[in-house]
Amino acid sequence: MSAIELRGLTKVYPGGVKALDSLDLAIPDGEFFALLGPSGCGKTTLLRTIAGLETATGGAVVIGDRDVTGLQPGARDIAMVFQDYALFPHMNVTDNIAYPLRIKKVGKAARQQKAAEVGARLGLEQLMDRRPGQLSGGQQQRVALARVMATQAQAFLFDEPLSNLDARLRLEARTFLKKLQHELGVTTVFVTHDQAEALAMADRMAVMESGHIRQIGTPAEVFQRPANTFVAGFIGSTPMNLLDGVVRGDTLEVSGCKLAVPQSAEGLLHDGEKIVYGVRPEYNVYSAGPVDGSLGGNVSIVENLGASYLVTLDVNGVLVQAVVPEGHEPLIGDEGYALPRRDRALIYRDGELVPA
Amino acid sequence: MTRFVLHRIGFYVLIAVLLAFFTVPLLWLASAPFTSDPTYQVRLPDFTSENFRAILDNPYALGSLWNSVVLAAGTAVLVVVFAALAAYALSRVRLPGRDALLYTLLLLSSIITGTAAMVPLFQLAVELHLIDSQLGLILIMTGGLLPAAIFMMKDFMDSTPKSYEESARVFGASPLQIVRHVVVPLVRPGLATIAVWAVANVWGNFLMPYLLLSDVEKQPAAVIMYTLYTEGGQANIKLLATFGLLYSVPVVLMYLFVSKKYGFRFHGGIKR
Repeated sequence: MSAIELRGLTKVYPGGVKALDSLDLAIPDGEFFALLGPSGCGKTTLLRTIAGLETATGGAVVIGDRDVTGLQPGARDIAMVFQDYALFPHMNVTDNIAYPLRIKKVGKAARQQKAAEVGARLGLEQLMDRRPGQLSGGQQQRVALARVMATQAQAFLFDEPLSNLDARLRLEARTFLKKLQHELGVTTVFVTHDQAEALAMADRMAVMESGHIRQIGTPAEVFQRPANTFVAGFIGSTPMNLLDGVVRGDTLEVSGCKLAVPQSAEGLLHDGEKIVYGVRPEYNVYSAGPVDGSLGGNVSIVENLGASYLVTLDVNGVLVQAVVPEGHEPLIGDEGYALPRRDRALIYRDGELVPA
Repeated sequence: MTRFVLHRIGFYVLIAVLLAFFTVPLLWLASAPFTSDPTYQVRLPDFTSENFRAILDNPYALGSLWNSVVLAAGTAVLVVVFAALAAYALSRVRLPGRDALLYTLLLLSSIITGTAAMVPLFQLAVELHLIDSQLGLILIMTGGLLPAAIFMMKDFMDSTPKSYEESARVFGASPLQIVRHVVVPLVRPGLATIAVWAVANVWGNFLMPYLLLSDVEKQPAAVIMYTLYTEGGQANIKLLATFGLLYSVPVVLMYLFVSKKYGFRFHGGIKR
């Protein structure tokens, strides 16, 4: 088990596409780390560069205290779970799990023993003689995990570990993965495009966009204080309201409404400055009657989220969303007011959070 | 309605005629060897074993079948090994002009092998002292079959997901281990297809061995069949039919075996 460190890591594909642009990242020993971003942001390239399946154009990858940048994947002492699990279809579960040990020239009896041990730990005892084709998606995933565990590598890399599972199974697998990683304590990096998955599983995460890391932090930090408007728009199951506004003395003018300056930005704004006002729908307090310092308008859409409703207000032509508890949902066309929580609202200047 | 019925009747008559066209020769092949005095007609055999005794008396008949086996097996092994390695490399390594190269190879080999290439091939074999040598013939036939085999094999390789190999690579497998442990088992149906195809090609090839092997002891069955004449210079139907049957049995057996083992799932072996 060991830490992973990236120094100025750059990957340029032939043809000039810059997939990774001078990334610096330190992942401490034992951490469950998420690489999150939309497709094409370079997160999978980053994972594959750490694995050694892609060669870095510049910079260094350090695992433990070894610089592995120039090493072959097999020499890096890492193990990887692929998106399609890549279980060998012609081998049964035992042989699949034991394969890394076969490469390391462990004797047949010893490696079958180890495979049985790891398989039992993941509840695969009954399936050891089956072929991957005879397993369900969840079982295949557990075999892939068992195979990775059998390697006893310094670090694990998971490429979209949950994307091949059914929606319901995904939630189960999420809990299972997090528990397993916690128990094993092996440094683990996983890639996902699903922000809910990253928030739920990771100890810390990096949000990426077009080859750059836009924010690194714990899920709570990234959720509550997104460092820029990109992260703000990407994180959260309901996207953050990002509204253009202007500073007017001690207050803000946002689409015709007068709002108070959020606590975090107090004393940091200049009169007449253009800003973006950000507030999550969950932090908008909805009321049917007028309230001072709120965004007022007419209800245009009401969406059922289960235990709550997502209400979209048309505020002088700008759409503002608020989450309303069940039983209090308005009707379409009603007048409504959304009062942002001052301790949760955020100010962005030129796309960056104030204060940075 | 009547129109429809007439259509159906016409259709089935056509099928029956086509079927007869292919069945009658096969029936002849099955019955003539067991008939004491076969003609070109299909007749009920009188189940004599006389014809088989006669063909066994021919000093070259059995040996030529063995020669066919040696030539076919040798060529098939070489074609499968070389085609698999070449196709794997071509499928996995990005080479500028790779597809153009493949198509040119395929095009040239399908146009030029056989009759057109005979004279240069003959001269080449003479220069290399490979004339009248089974090894030489195997090499030349391997060369002729390789382009098409590589082309077919590349298709199998392309349809195998890369992540299997990458997975093995991350576990530390060397390129040769990856090929042995992962790639070959995955494309095994493809390898079987290529092998069967190569064997069938060599088995039925008359021209190459006829020109390149002059020693009767070394000639394969396809060539020996050409020598089965009566004293009067007429084709010896008895021997021809009997030898023809013996000649086709191994290939049929091979098809049955491979089909049972691999089921000819052409794009198979990959369950996801």
